[in-house]
Amino acid sequence: MLLEIKNLHANIGDKEILKGIDLKINEGEIHAIMGPNGSGKSTLSAVLTGNPAYTVTRGEVYFKGKNLLEMPPEIRSREGLFLSFQYPVEIPGVSMVNFMRAAVNEHRSYRGEKALNASEFLKLMREKRALVEMDNKLANRSVNEGFSGGEKKRNEIFQMAMLDPVLSILDETDSGLDIDALRIVAEGVNRIHTPQKACVVITHYQRLLDYIRPDIVHVLYQGRIVKTDDFSLAVRLEKEGYDWIKQELGE
Amino acid sequence: METLETYRRLYENYREVLRAGSAPLMDACRDQAAACWLQAGFPSTKSESYRHCDLKEALSIDYGMNLYRLGVPAHPGDVFRCDVPTLSTQLFFIVNDLYYPGKQPVQLPEGVLCGSLTTLMREHAGRLRPYYDQLRCQGTDAMAAMNTAFCQDGFLLFVPRGVVVDKPIQLIQMFQGEIDIMATRRLLVVLEEGASATLIVCDHAISQSRYFSNQVAEIYVGKNAGLSYYEMEMTHDRTCRVANTFIRQDEGARFVTQQSGLENGLTRNNLSLTFVGRHASASLSGLTLVSRRQKTDNHVLVDHAAPDCQSDQLYKYVLDDEARAVFGGRVLVRPDAQRTQASQLSAGLCNTDKVSMLAQPQLEIYADDVKCGHGSATGQIDENALFYMRQRGLSEEEARMFLKYAFASQVIDRIELEPLKDRMRMLVGKRFRGELAKCIDCKICP
Repeated sequence: MLLEIKNLHANIGDKEILKGIDLKINEGEIHAIMGPNGSGKSTLSAVLTGNPAYTVTRGEVYFKGKNLLEMPPEIRSREGLFLSFQYPVEIPGVSMVNFMRAAVNEHRSYRGEKALNASEFLKLMREKRALVEMDNKLANRSVNEGFSGGEKKRNEIFQMAMLDPVLSILDETDSGLDIDALRIVAEGVNRIHTPQKACVVITHYQRLLDYIRPDIVHVLYQGRIVKTDDFSLAVRLEKEGYDWIKQELGE
Repeated sequence: METLETYRRLYENYREVLRAGSAPLMDACRDQAAACWLQAGFPSTKSESYRHCDLKEALSIDYGMNLYRLGVPAHPGDVFRCDVPTLSTQLFFIVNDLYYPGKQPVQLPEGVLCGSLTTLMREHAGRLRPYYDQLRCQGTDAMAAMNTAFCQDGFLLFVPRGVVVDKPIQLIQMFQGEIDIMATRRLLVVLEEGASATLIVCDHAISQSRYFSNQVAEIYVGKNAGLSYYEMEMTHDRTCRVANTFIRQDEGARFVTQQSGLENGLTRNNLSLTFVGRHASASLSGLTLVSRRQKTDNHVLVDHAAPDCQSDQLYKYVLDDEARAVFGGRVLVRPDAQRTQASQLSAGLCNTDKVSMLAQPQLEIYADDVKCGHGSATGQIDENALFYMRQRGLSEEEARMFLKYAFASQVIDRIELEPLKDRMRMLVGKRFRGELAKCIDCKICP
């Protein structure tokens, strides 16, 4: 098993957002997490990646058998956990190239591999850039600075390709993407995916899931996973919304 | 008060020594300046301008002054290894306040006067009379007046009409010596009509005594002339620097300056620039990196006394540990200075809750057809950016370094001399990794 979440509770400030999440993810699986706004989807991704703005109050998370919650964010990353941010951060003055080189080499050093030299690194950049059809110009600019919404999302997947994570969480990667960009991004994700890896796709729409076909679909509602099923669940949600789930819950 | 009395006696007792060591033109300004300084006294925190800059402790030290102009044992070129190796410059030295030529032959265009202020003022009194102490005496700073009172030598750059000096000129000012020293440093830069030059002035301290630098620079940028003037301070915690820089720009003159402080003790930089002719422009920037208990206080006055001029200020501060910094920026647009364009930005990055950053932007506009703007921001590192970078595998420390560096790079980018820009990037990177202070302590590479 790659990831095991047991009874996870988390707060932002005094407010409890996650109220007991249980989730198991195996190698090779693609999970989709859907749910109405404010149900805790982004919080889950933030807590898993160690965002200090959130506090875990109860529960356990194991990643590759190791206690994930004990690790600082950078160790989680180097262990192979990646988050494609819903709102990628602009970092003026830090070039994509320097940022990625530092990140890739941190990952390599963690695995006991030697740092890539300049030409090896540029070769890797070229290769991965092609995967998401990202313009060279973007790679030479400051991180996300002045990127359009679509370019930012493409850049997230580019970074994902560079770091080659075992478990990727895509937090609303489809928002802000036009149809062509959506296809390119999704194809990029599919090409990176292998039977050894897993992926969690957080989304509101079935559209992305048509491209990145999930094995398992969960509905997160009021801080809990209230329903889990196969792809047909996504299709029904797209058609009918969440009311029927709320009714099932007796609301 | 007691301190002032000590220096007054020093001045009176050594008045003749001061005369003997300097040029007549220099000496002629001395008594009047001394009177101004003694009347005003040393700046105290009771005055508005020095309210946040307390020189008392620094001035209470019993410094030695090199009134008899005794030389240092070794040529500074042998002691000091240039920290800007990729930069090919014409090199000059000031050790404490003693002038030394560089070791390589001077290769400057004909007519350019460059070297010891006293020597050249003795030889070219007629040409330099309209300039020496003329800007300083219009100011009110007591430290600057004291400088004129004690000045015996300094550095002169005079570029005659139409002459372009391609090779950057570098002046390395260093403190050296086992006793505590007060240096009176003086620079005079005159660019006549259509002339152009680049001057880099670096302050270093290569021994560990306590030092006080009282500096005055007077800079005249003539009609359609262009001067780039870069100052870098890389001294240590036991140094106090008070520098008064006066600039006058004639019509169409172009002036670029950057003042960077990488290591220092207590620093007060006063920069006062006046546009006296139309269509002149000035780009003023500063990068201050302070940590431990270091303090830097930058005061800038841009006086738009003529129409159609453009000024642009960008001052940034990175504060760590318990460091303190002040930015006082004043833009004055006089009634006739129509079509003035003036902008001012200051920003402080505070990395602990023990630092203090004070920004005082002031705009005084008396003309109606102007474009003026100012902004000031003081804050911490963007937590979202920090988390984003850590999520990609960078340690918190490394991510912070990246972000501090990014913050500083906007200022460094304004340097127009590429090799100097590269060097600054490298030095700033080193500084953030804490390698610069280490360097200074070990005394091998200043």
